[in-house]
Amino acid sequence: MGLGLLPSRFSRIPANRLFLRSIVSNSHRQSPEAAAAAVPPPEPTPDLPPRTPVAGARVHFPNPDDAIEVFVDGYPVKIPKGFTVFQACEVAGVDIPRFCYHSRLSIAGNCRMCLVEVEKSPKPVASCAMPALPGMKIKTDTPLAKKAREGVMEFLLMNHPLDCPICDQGGECDLQDQSMAFGSDRGRFTEVKRSVVDKNLGPLVKTVMTRCIQCTRCVRFATEIAGVQDLGMLGRGSGEEIGTYVEKLMTSELSGNVIDICPVGALTSKPFAFKARNWELKGTESIDVTDAVGSNIRIDSRGPEVMRIIPRLNEDINEEWISDKTRFCYDGLKRQRLNDPMIRGSDGRFKAVSWHDALTVVAEIVHEVKPEEIVGIAGRLSDAESMIALKDFLNRMGSNNVWCEGNGPNPNADLRSGYIMNTGISSLEKADVFLLVGTQPRVEAAMVNARIRKTVRASNAKVGYVGPPADFNYDYEHLGTGPQTLLEIVEGRHPFFSTISNAKNPVIIVGAGLFEREDKDAVFSVVEAIAKKGNVVRPDWNGFNVLLHNAAQAAALDLGLVPESNQSIVTAKFVYLMGADDADLDKIPKDAFVVYQGHHGDRGVYRANVILPASAFSEKEGTYENTEGCTQQTLPAVPTVGDARDDWKIIRALSEVAGVRLPYDNFGAIRSRIRTVAPNLSSLDEREPATFGFSVKPESNQKMSSTPFKAAVENFYMTDSITRASKIMAQCSAQLLKK
Amino acid sequence: MLARLAAVRLQEIRQVFRLAPQTSRSFSTALNYHIDTPDNNPDLPWEFSAANKEKVKEILSHYPSNYKQSAVIPLLDLAQQQQGGWLPVSAMNAVAKVIEVAPIRVYEVATFYSMFNRSPVGKYHLLVCGTTPCMIRGSRDIEDALLKHLGVKRNEVTKDGLFSVGEMECMGCCVNAPMITVADYSNGSEGYTYNYYEDVTPKRVIEIVEILRNGEKLPPGTQNSRRIKSGPEGGNTTLLSDPKPPPSRDLDAC
Ligand code: SF4
Ligand code: FES
Ligand code: FES
Repeated sequence: MGLGLLPSRFSRIPANRLFLRSIVSNSHRQSPEAAAAAVPPPEPTPDLPPRTPVAGARVHFPNPDDAIEVFVDGYPVKIPKGFTVFQACEVAGVDIPRFCYHSRLSIAGNCRMCLVEVEKSPKPVASCAMPALPGMKIKTDTPLAKKAREGVMEFLLMNHPLDCPICDQGGECDLQDQSMAFGSDRGRFTEVKRSVVDKNLGPLVKTVMTRCIQCTRCVRFATEIAGVQDLGMLGRGSGEEIGTYVEKLMTSELSGNVIDICPVGALTSKPFAFKARNWELKGTESIDVTDAVGSNIRIDSRGPEVMRIIPRLNEDINEEWISDKTRFCYDGLKRQRLNDPMIRGSDGRFKAVSWHDALTVVAEIVHEVKPEEIVGIAGRLSDAESMIALKDFLNRMGSNNVWCEGNGPNPNADLRSGYIMNTGISSLEKADVFLLVGTQPRVEAAMVNARIRKTVRASNAKVGYVGPPADFNYDYEHLGTGPQTLLEIVEGRHPFFSTISNAKNPVIIVGAGLFEREDKDAVFSVVEAIAKKGNVVRPDWNGFNVLLHNAAQAAALDLGLVPESNQSIVTAKFVYLMGADDADLDKIPKDAFVVYQGHHGDRGVYRANVILPASAFSEKEGTYENTEGCTQQTLPAVPTVGDARDDWKIIRALSEVAGVRLPYDNFGAIRSRIRTVAPNLSSLDEREPATFGFSVKPESNQKMSSTPFKAAVENFYMTDSITRASKIMAQCSAQLLKK
Repeated sequence: MLARLAAVRLQEIRQVFRLAPQTSRSFSTALNYHIDTPDNNPDLPWEFSAANKEKVKEILSHYPSNYKQSAVIPLLDLAQQQQGGWLPVSAMNAVAKVIEVAPIRVYEVATFYSMFNRSPVGKYHLLVCGTTPCMIRGSRDIEDALLKHLGVKRNEVTKDGLFSVGEMECMGCCVNAPMITVADYSNGSEGYTYNYYEDVTPKRVIEIVEILRNGEKLPPGTQNSRRIKSGPEGGNTTLLSDPKPPPSRDLDAC
């Protein structure tokens, strides 16, 4: 919470006061006549320095006529009708202390910390729950307001244990901070404090319920955002407590966020318990690679160790939430790591060797095979730099059989609109009808699912779903399980077709699981036909989306990682797996030579002949493109493990040993190489929409099979080598997955 | 010197704790979370009886169909009567199903109101008021007497299933403190009564228990024969005649 702003606020306001007072008193003292003669004593318009809204918040006026003016500490601000007193204060740059108020949750108004004085109101008012009225004079800094806050603080601390030294929230606790800023230095309560039984919410959230201040943020989060109605407020009065009544684990893919929103140490991270203090941690702003959403995260590290991952605000992608997989996969970064180059000896065991030896062996073998027998597969966590390096290297060796796992046997890389989310994640909120084709967003991209849920809650958008039975946390209509249903829709035989064509902003989301289907082109052309007939793509609205699964997919397609022949893997003699663990490893012929370059000893390693250790996303700078086509980058938070190197550097070194030196020696050079192939990958933190729609796509004459769609993600918690190595994720899959 | 003062103070504090009465002064409501027991767990089937199903329909008809959840309190009450005075967790789940909300929303309501009993009670549930006026007039002795006479702990049911003792906060008849309430679940939802017995003494509550045990009826109200309702003992002592009109100026004389 923006308590960083408090000091500036404290210094600013008294200064204003002094300034004001001196003007008034001086004019009186120096020329009393003039002051008296000033015909209508003008209302002293305070000459206040311009204020900036708290945390640079933007004020959006939906209807400019509806603006009203209120005064905050004498400073006039214009706000749209319907704002609360609290929001008015924020616009005026006054940070009001709060516990229960959260801008993304409904208003509860039960902590009373946000009390302010309003002129003509007999009592202090709870600003978060009070609508601002035109001309209201709000005072946030008067003795009354201060006393009210102090009183509330004293009540809150009455039953709050004094266990800050053993509390994990210490140092980032709203209660701590605000009692320092607004509380009294002593309390008057001498009775016995109450205590509350801790609840078991599962392997992720640790509870110390005695610390709870009953703000109900967690209850509102679970009900409104996560869509699991498990938590509730039980009992009343001093017996009130947060709980599930019957013992129940919190089975939401977003449950970790309650750790962030709990203003005190009642809900904290179980894996992080007693591991570190937040002031010892170094924060690195990075992005998440466990799915294709590219949630913005901060990696908190201490020395060489990633201690925790927490979300960063990005309104366009993840708002301020992240999924449990993103938040808790970090212990996988410490386990099963590859730290030395290794070669499999004749006895089948790996032996650690030097980089030079390993690269020489690989370079020798790669020259021994025919160019068309060379195959390269990029893994789902690869960054754009390493993928372009891999492609360039294989091209120089004469092969063009390079692809990224998850993109299927014959990916379409020609039309960008055919593989990204054209609507954009944040624009999903404008949609009123969703058609989900073969995708279960809840497990494939939890943050996209949160957006859809938000939209469904806010505007009652309709959701139709075609695919295997799945778990949704909003109302949906299960239209069917396979392509047959799509045919019915496109021919107008299905009632959902009229729902789409009558919608204002319809959205179709196709899952990337379809990429693996033989009849992918046929399915896509049917979906495109639905889009055409349903007017889903218009000049002002593009509702055709593909929801990708892995962080590497979009960039791989942008860079043209498309295999020349989709049968190349069965005839391969030399396979270069760049972190690829989910490719069809058993299709690789027995006599093929397999190089595994990656950071985890995962599936690929079992088949490898040579292991080249690489760095994980927390250890390198890398460019990733998310499913909506937004380019972002990771930054190194911790040093690499052992002898590992960045992926692109390994391939660059290998190319030199193999005598086909790649022309880039540093990060800037490889970025400019990327720019020549895919210019959109060079504009960081920007979403580049696709230029051409599918209307320019040639007709496909594939035949559609009637096999129903499959679920693309079996286990939400374990989808890649990092999460498969994580103990916490293993616990989650054991305890939280509904079997 | 200081040390001695401190020691004396400590002694005093100890004294206070030693004097604490035997009955624990815990919250009047039962636990705010559920513990599975053989007779109360979510796996037990529970359904409204055929007759009550009609009543459910009737209750729901009072509310618009998109605000079914408003019926939660009457339905919980109906369920409690059907179960003989208490709400097993499966009954709450059944109510949640009827009004189409998540079970936790029903638990929230049921734990909020202390007249919903979430553990078994006797046919006669005796509730002793424990709030300040009654406490000053001796409600703790009354509770002790009841517990001793029935041989149970608070919120425990006697072997014959007839009685249980609980605590309530102020029930608004402090003028006749101390008082107990008898929630009578012996006659189902129609014959349900919730009667106040006021001005009780430790002796009198035991008599009341025996009267109830014999199935006799006892008119509710004050147990002090010399009082009428909440009037003063032995008749009025004030306001014995019409009050005098307020003194005022002699208007005619002006
Ligand atoms: S557990 Fe935390 S978030 Fe939930 S009500 Fe208590 S203080 Fe608020
Ligand atoms: S923030 Fe306004 S009452 Fe809690
Ligand atoms: S205190 Fe017992 S009825 Fe009011």
